[in-house]
Amino acid sequence: MAGSIRACAAGEARVAARRSHPGKVARFFEAWPPLTLIALAWIALMVIVAFGADLLAPYSFTALDLRARLSPPVFMDGKWAHPLGSDELGRDVLSRLIMSIRLSLLIAFFGTIIAAAFGTAMGFVAAHFRGKVEALILMMIDFQASVPFLIVALAVLAFFGNNLVLFVMLMGLNSWERYARIARGLTLSANEQGYAAAVRQLGASNLRVYGLHVLPNIASTLIVSMTITFPETILLESGLSFLGLGVQPPLTSLGNMVGYGREYLTRAPWIMLSPAAVIVLTTLSISIVGDWLRDRLDPTLR
Amino acid sequence: MLRYLAGRLFRAILTIFLVITFAFFVLHLSGDPAMMILSADAPPESIKAFREAWGLDRPLWVQYLAYIVHALQGDLGNSMRDGRPAIQLVLERVPATLAITLPAFALKLLIGIPAGIYAALHRNSWADRLTMMVSVAGFTVPSFVLALVLVLVFSVQLGWLPSAGSDKPASAILPIVTLGVAGAAILARFTRSAMLEVLGQPYIRAASAKGLQWRKVVVEHALPNAAIPTVTIVGFMVGTLIAGAVVVESVFAWPGIGRLLVSSVSNRDLAVVQAILLLVAATMVTSNIIVDVLYGWLDPRLRSRGGARGR
Repeated sequence: MAGSIRACAAGEARVAARRSHPGKVARFFEAWPPLTLIALAWIALMVIVAFGADLLAPYSFTALDLRARLSPPVFMDGKWAHPLGSDELGRDVLSRLIMSIRLSLLIAFFGTIIAAAFGTAMGFVAAHFRGKVEALILMMIDFQASVPFLIVALAVLAFFGNNLVLFVMLMGLNSWERYARIARGLTLSANEQGYAAAVRQLGASNLRVYGLHVLPNIASTLIVSMTITFPETILLESGLSFLGLGVQPPLTSLGNMVGYGREYLTRAPWIMLSPAAVIVLTTLSISIVGDWLRDRLDPTLR
Repeated sequence: MLRYLAGRLFRAILTIFLVITFAFFVLHLSGDPAMMILSADAPPESIKAFREAWGLDRPLWVQYLAYIVHALQGDLGNSMRDGRPAIQLVLERVPATLAITLPAFALKLLIGIPAGIYAALHRNSWADRLTMMVSVAGFTVPSFVLALVLVLVFSVQLGWLPSAGSDKPASAILPIVTLGVAGAAILARFTRSAMLEVLGQPYIRAASAKGLQWRKVVVEHALPNAAIPTVTIVGFMVGTLIAGAVVVESVFAWPGIGRLLVSSVSNRDLAVVQAILLLVAATMVTSNIIVDVLYGWLDPRLRSRGGARGR
């Protein structure tokens, strides 16, 4: 379903491109649309925040300031001591937000990498062995697609309990089937083409054929798929954490903050609003960049 | 067609069987339920008694066979918390969930499909741009954020609607709107792109070139063809009628399946989680079959080919 969004966004981009006048500035913005630049800037900001979290956070994210409980943010006539306000224990919302961004991005990043690596490997295996192995993998794909992943994730969390490593692995299982499907399809067609057979004739091992020759040829499609998986993983993580079943305190993630801020919706809506805004802006930005990447890298992906 | 359906049915049953097996083995690989329910420092006698009572002292394959046989008879075990049959606990919650998911589903169809068609027919108009802007939000705003913003506006600021609970009919409005708006946005976007793709086909040009009224071209040629991909996503939405409201039910304290699932997960009430998993899988699989049958009805080309269009 996200594929078709990309498709229509691509159409829109083409229409926009046709209308623009040729000129240096115009040509620059044609290649780098302003919306994409803004989205890229936001993502860059998030990455900087994630890496520099310890330096940027004005307070420790667990530090209490009992004299400044529920103090409003600056834009609601608060003090600069807590620019985004504080929660009911006087913990600084900005500091917690920065730490949450780091953890949420980290989980989404590793979740996406795991999904892409595992799914692509499964796709290769299916396309290489065909027959029974392929049927088994296709059945697993069907199984994955037949139950909403949120439910599976909840069930697994119920059975195994929760810790961060398991949780990240679980996020990685979320959309492996997308990569498996893409990798299998593209590998099947790559095996039909001459280059894979040629390398194999030269005596290359399977690992070499798939890793060094097939993978680079299908990488752009996989990278574009990752721009779909990444926001999905952020949403899944924040949804589970919101329900109190994802990231566990004392750790904090964006969904966690929203879930926690919900208790103070009437008295202190800022606790919930800033992480909610970060979730929306980040997923939106990655989707916009994904559309743009799709147009550049892979016009065939739908 | 009949042979195709039989094969499809076989795969559906296989999927459900896989779900049962998955649930069973995950349960038994994940540690001792006796320890989880009774806590680790319970006296050994009571742990032993608990194991015997739930049959946990038998070999794993005996337990598995017993579980399958019972499941086939409609017995999914008892809730480890209050001892009632899990299936009964789950089915009790179905009406409450459907009370919000069915109206939300209607809302999705009534807003999403016309908006998508209108946007496609008036491409690049302000209405099109507005539809697309709203529908991007449908993808990127998580449902709990939308729900909380609606609560903030309509319950906290304006005081028009109750923010949670299920005691008044008005309590259902916000959950329905939350589910419906997000789904409508997705459906609008999907319908629009399906419609645009069809409108770009040569047969549409041919139909208008032979002098057919545009209205007729749209109604008789474009809409039926655009319906095929749209049915897929609508079918998926039917599949989520049972399980699609987990987060929204939790936000609004709505006593449906979703909340039961979340509370069972936090309580480690495994039998109930398994029963919900099975119910959800059965709903999804059934709606997938319905979609496949609808394909055959909508698209005569598939009928002759035996109608395989994946899932």
